[in-house]
Amino acid sequence: MHGVAIPPFELFYAEHRVEVMRLLRRRLGRERAEDAFQETFLRALQAYRRLEHGEHLRAWVLTIARNVAIDTLRRARPAGPELTESAAEDSRPAYEELAALTDGLPQKERAAVVLRYGYDLSYDQIADALGSNEDAARQAASTGVRRLRRRITS
Amino acid sequence: MTISPALDRGFREAAVALGLVDVGFDLVESPVGDLFVAVSERGLASISYDPEPEAQLERLARIAGPCILRSPRSVDNARRELDQYFAGRRHTFDLTLDLRGLPPFTVSVLHELALVPYGETTTYGTLASRVGRPRAARAVGTVMNRNRIPIVLPCHRVVGAGGDLVGYAGGLERKTALLTLEGAL
Repeated sequence: MHGVAIPPFELFYAEHRVEVMRLLRRRLGRERAEDAFQETFLRALQAYRRLEHGEHLRAWVLTIARNVAIDTLRRARPAGPELTESAAEDSRPAYEELAALTDGLPQKERAAVVLRYGYDLSYDQIADALGSNEDAARQAASTGVRRLRRRITS
Repeated sequence: MTISPALDRGFREAAVALGLVDVGFDLVESPVGDLFVAVSERGLASISYDPEPEAQLERLARIAGPCILRSPRSVDNARRELDQYFAGRRHTFDLTLDLRGLPPFTVSVLHELALVPYGETTTYGTLASRVGRPRAARAVGTVMNRNRIPIVLPCHRVVGAGGDLVGYAGGLERKTALLTLEGAL
């Protein structure tokens, strides 16, 4: 038995978006809440098909929103020694930062890098998004990263 | 508190662009009423005359997965071809179809159905014969009645042996309107 069925994402989004926005505005203010809102639901959507049942979805999405808010606040502060080790581990560059950093890469490489390291997508998801295959996606991301590394170290 | 339309649209577009959506859907206006149109990564999955999407969404989730989101861009191709069809400028559709989950008999009937030309009609019995089951006219009728992709899979072109329109899941008025548009009546 599977417990409560997972609702179609549209219904889940319609049900929880206002509460998510309310939480994000409280923590981040009106302006920063907008980006965080999009990031929250993109993260939720990305994890959605791996859910095993439809229970506690409200708590689940509010947890994602809180994590996005924490990441947003952390990013706003200059990185310094006050970051704990575990916080540093999680501080994956957010997709918009990565988008700025990768500006100037060839388009395919840039998309692959942002999708892989900004959104944490798997290579087969990236291949789908780019209309290519898994090997090409992996290749594009790794070429992109090498190019960035050269650019940063030179 | 409301979510601004621009933010809502931005999220939906990003979700589709990132390939996170199993099925995108939207309503498409047409002379036979608003159509619920859904497109999966495999192709056109559903057209429904019932513009209230909730029941459709549950059904689609069972077929194609739960990541279903309203997104106008996902149905752009289907919308364009339907617009052209209703304007009388398109007689065949070039859309890939997602027929996942259908039994083999249904799929073979639908393949034959897709071959019935614009502006012509055929009968349930003829379709039954074409799939090698000449006595299965009634079963063919059931397949027509449950057709997930009406208009594009032209079940409106299937009529009774005596030429009566017989029935249509979207209502006989719509069947008449489609056949009139095609010049078949």
